[in-house]
Amino acid sequence: MLNNQGRPTQPAASHDTGEIFETFTGNKALDLETPLIFEQGVPGRVGVDMAEPKKVKNRLGGLERKGAIGLPDLSEPQVLRHFVRLSRQNYAIDSGFYPLGSCTMKHNPRINEKVARLAGLGDLHPLQPASTVQGALELIDSLAHWLKTITGMPAIAMSPAAGAHGELCGVMAIRAAHEAKGEARQRILVPESAHGTNPATAALCGYKVDAVPARADGRMDLDAFAEKLGPDVAGVMLTNPNTCGLFENDIRKIADMVHEIGGYFYCDGANLNAILGQVRPGDLGVDAMHINLHKTFSTPHGGGGPGAGPVVLSEALAPFAPVPYVRHGENGFELIEHAEGEAEKSFGRMKTFHGQMGMFIRALAYMQSHGSDGLCQIAEDAVLNANYIRVGLNDMLHSPFDGICMHEALFDDSSLKGTEVTTLDLAKAMIDEGFHPMTMYFPLVVHGAMLIEPTESESRQTLDQFIGAMRHLLTRAKEGDVAYFQGAPHFAPRRRLDETGAARKPVLRWTPPEGEGASDEAKLSAAS
Amino acid sequence: MRYMPHTADERREMLEKIGVGSVGDLFADIPKETRLDALLDLPRHASEMEVEKNFRKFAGKNLSPYSTPSFLGAGAYQHHVPSVADHIIQRSEFLTAYTPYQPEISQGTLQALFEFQTQVALITGMEVANASMYDGATACAEAVLMACRVTRRKKAILSGNLHPHYRGTTHTTLQFTEFEAKSLSPVIEGDEDFSEVLSEETACVVVQNPDFFGRVRDLTDLAGKCHEVGALLVVVVNEVVSLGMMTSPGEMGADIVACEGQSIGVPLSFGGPYVGLLATRQKFVRQMPGRLCGETIDQDGKRGFVLTLSTREQHIRREKATSNICTNAGLCSLAFTIHMSLLGETGLTKLSHLNHGEAVTAAEALAAIDGVEVVNDSFFNEFTVRLPMDAADAVEKLAAKGVLGGVPVSRLIPNHPKLSNLLLVAVTETCAESDLAALVSALKEIL
Repeated sequence: MLNNQGRPTQPAASHDTGEIFETFTGNKALDLETPLIFEQGVPGRVGVDMAEPKKVKNRLGGLERKGAIGLPDLSEPQVLRHFVRLSRQNYAIDSGFYPLGSCTMKHNPRINEKVARLAGLGDLHPLQPASTVQGALELIDSLAHWLKTITGMPAIAMSPAAGAHGELCGVMAIRAAHEAKGEARQRILVPESAHGTNPATAALCGYKVDAVPARADGRMDLDAFAEKLGPDVAGVMLTNPNTCGLFENDIRKIADMVHEIGGYFYCDGANLNAILGQVRPGDLGVDAMHINLHKTFSTPHGGGGPGAGPVVLSEALAPFAPVPYVRHGENGFELIEHAEGEAEKSFGRMKTFHGQMGMFIRALAYMQSHGSDGLCQIAEDAVLNANYIRVGLNDMLHSPFDGICMHEALFDDSSLKGTEVTTLDLAKAMIDEGFHPMTMYFPLVVHGAMLIEPTESESRQTLDQFIGAMRHLLTRAKEGDVAYFQGAPHFAPRRRLDETGAARKPVLRWTPPEGEGASDEAKLSAAS
Repeated sequence: MRYMPHTADERREMLEKIGVGSVGDLFADIPKETRLDALLDLPRHASEMEVEKNFRKFAGKNLSPYSTPSFLGAGAYQHHVPSVADHIIQRSEFLTAYTPYQPEISQGTLQALFEFQTQVALITGMEVANASMYDGATACAEAVLMACRVTRRKKAILSGNLHPHYRGTTHTTLQFTEFEAKSLSPVIEGDEDFSEVLSEETACVVVQNPDFFGRVRDLTDLAGKCHEVGALLVVVVNEVVSLGMMTSPGEMGADIVACEGQSIGVPLSFGGPYVGLLATRQKFVRQMPGRLCGETIDQDGKRGFVLTLSTREQHIRREKATSNICTNAGLCSLAFTIHMSLLGETGLTKLSHLNHGEAVTAAEALAAIDGVEVVNDSFFNEFTVRLPMDAADAVEKLAAKGVLGGVPVSRLIPNHPKLSNLLLVAVTETCAESDLAALVSALKEIL
C-alpha cells in the first residue's frame, strides 16, 4: 500500500514477523517505557529537600500513625524522567490535529499559562481580606463583563467548576425559581441528541427526564415538543448549536413556547464557539447557559480537567444564583459569600471558595488576545473549517443531515456497510496516520456516528492532509483490507486494550506482589 | 490575529470549494433578526505584550501571601510546590490532551491516574480511589450521595465541625433530591456527640479530621457506632499533609474518605482549581461517582491502562448515572501525583512533622500573648485562638501591617456571636521564624 506521495505506508516487517526487532529493554529508541512509580523506589531516597522538623511535644492527641503508608521513595531526576517518559505516550493538540467533535480542542496559548502563574495572581489565598485581593476581584468582574457581553445576558454565576457543574447550577436556579412561585413542576424536556450530562443533571435536581425526538433534518421535533409541553414542565435543556453540529433554527419559537407555559429555557453552551460574535444567546430567549471555558475560551483540557463552567442567567433566574459573587461596594470590590441579605434567594453554594480562578485568568487572557474582532473570526473560521471537511468527505462518507453545518461535521457509518470495518476500526486507523480520532458513536441518534470538529486553529494544509488520510482509509476499507483496520492501531505505544477485561475484574490500584511489603518490592525492582 | 492561520485568499478559496458566496451564508440558519451586524462592544484584539501588561496590573493590586507573613488556612494551605511538578504539568502532552478516551495514545495520562488512585488509596488507608473530583467540598457531597445509594437510606448527618463550605455544598447538592442532610451546630469545646441523632435511618455521618477548628479526633468509636446501625462513616480531610503522621481514616474505620488534595502540588490560585480525592472500600466501587482508571493488557499482552466501569457514568447511563460529573481535576491530580512521588514515604512523613513542629511552636508563642488563648488541645498544622477582640477586625488591622494573620471564623460562620472572636491560624513549612515573630509583635500592637 502506497500513500499519496508514492511511499510505502507500512514498514517492511509487520507485527507477525516483528520479533527480530524486539529490544532487551522493551524500549524502541525514542519510544521509552517506564514502570509504575511504585516499582521504582528505594527506601530512604527523597525528591524534596526540606528543613529538619522542630523537636516538639506532639499535640496530635495520640493519633500518631503507627505503620508505614507504603509510598515509594525516589530522587528528583527519577521522578522527572518518569513523568517525561509518560508524557511522551500521550497525543496532544500541541503535537497534532485533534478533531474531537463536541470537545473543541483548539490552540492553548502559552501567554495564558504565564499570566496564570504571576506572583500576586496564581499564589493568592482565597480567604485573604478583600482589601488585599482587589486585583483578583476586579479580574473576576472583568471576565464576567466579557461573558455577559458576548452572550447578551444580564447576570452570571462564576463559581461552577465545569460544564456539568454549570448545568447543575442552571437547572437548580430553574427549580429554585419555580419553588419561589410555589410551583412543583416535575418534568424537564431534553432532546434525544443531548449530552449525557443533561439528563443526569435534571435527575439530580429531582426532575423526570422526558426525551424529545429529532426531526429528519437533525433539529428538535417541534410538534413532539409542543405535545410534551404542559403545566408540569419546568423547562427545556437544548444544546445550540446542537450535538449534530446544526443550529436549531426554531430556537426563538422554542423559547417562546416554553415561556408560554411558565417554563425556562436552559441552553447547553458547549458549542458556543460556533456563534461567538454572530448571535447572542440572550437575543434567542435563553434563561440560563453554561460556558465551558475549557472549550470556547481555550483553557487547557489537561487530560480531563480542570474545567470551569460559569453560567449566564436571565433577569428571571438571576436572584437564585449561587454564592459567592463579586460586586462593587463602598470600599471597592467585595465578595458576597453567604445566602442572606441581598442574596437571600440564592440556592446556595456549589463548591469551596469562589470558582476556578486559574481558569478565569487564562480565559480572560484569551479573550483579550482576540478582542471583539478576533472572537467573531473564531466562529467564522471554526464553521468554515468544519464545512471544508464536510465537502471534502461527503462524496465518500454519508452525512445524515443535508446542508451546511456549524462548527462540526457529522457523518454516519452507512458508507462502511458491507466492509466489516466499523467506525471504531476507522478511528483506530486514524491513530496510525498521526491524527487523534474524531468523536465516535456520539450523538447517539446517528448510527456509528463520526463527529469531526476541526476548530479555528487548524490551517488549510492540516485539513487537506486529514481529508486525504480519511479518503485513503475509506478507499482501503472499501477494497476489503479488513485485517489492517481490525489490527489498528499498529504504531501507537499500545495496541488495542482489553476494556472488557478491565471492567470485568477491575484492578484500580497497584498492590505489592503477594508476600512482599511495598518496600521489599521496591528493593527488588531496584536490584533488577 | 496570531492564533488563526487562514489568509484572506485561503478563506475565499475555501468558501468557493464549499460552494457558498460569503462566510455569512454559513450562518444562514441563525434567525436573521438576531444576527449581530456589528462587533460586540468589547476592546479589539491585543498583542501578547499588552495582555501580559494587563495581567501584571491586576497582580499588582494584590498582596501575595508568599511575599508576606501569612497564616491562612481554613481549607486551603500555603505550601511549597516543587518546580518539577509545575514544569511537568506544562508539558504539551499533559497540558493539551483531552480525556483519555483513546487509550492507545493516552497511556501517559492513564498511567499517571492509576498512580494517583494508588497514592490516594494508600494515604487515606482505603482500598480504592477514583480519578479525582472538582474539589474537597464536591467530593464530600458526592460521598454523601454515594452513601445514600449504598445504604438505600435517605438521611445524612453532617458534623457541625465540618468545613462550612463542605456543609453548604452538600446541602445545595442534596436539596432537590430525595435525600436530606442535617447539619449539627459547631462544637468548640469537648467532643461532638452523635448518639442522639444516629439511627437506623442514617445513611452516613460526615466528620472532618482535623476538624474545621483544627482539632484531631480518634474516630474509631464513632465508626463502630455508625456500623452498629448500618450507617457509613464519611471522613473529610482538607489538609492531606496531616496524613503523613496521623492514623489514616481507613485505619479508624472510615467507609468513604473525601479530601481536598490542594496541599500536595496544587497552587493556592485564589481558591481553584483544586483537586478532590474520593476513596472507599472495594465493595462499594460500583456506587462510586467519577472516572476510574484500571489496569489491563493490550493485544500484544503488554500492560496498559484504560478508563473503566464507565457504565456508572452519565455518557452511558444518562439520567440513571451515579453522578452528572463529566470531568476530573486532571491536571491538578497530575500535579498531586508528581509532588507525592517526589515526597515519597520519607518526604511526606518529614513534611508532616515539619508542619506540626512549626504549628506547635506558633501555638506556644501565641498562647504566651496576654489575652490570647489557644482553644485546641490537639491539632496538626492549624489551630483556633480566641482573641480579646473581634477576629475579623483583628485580621483587617493585621493586614494593614502587612501580616495575613489567619482566617476569622466569622467569615465562614457568620451571625454566631460566640464565635466572633475566634481566629483560625495555619502554620506550614513556608512559615519562617521571622514570620511568626512578625505575627506575635503585630498582634501585641493591635490588642
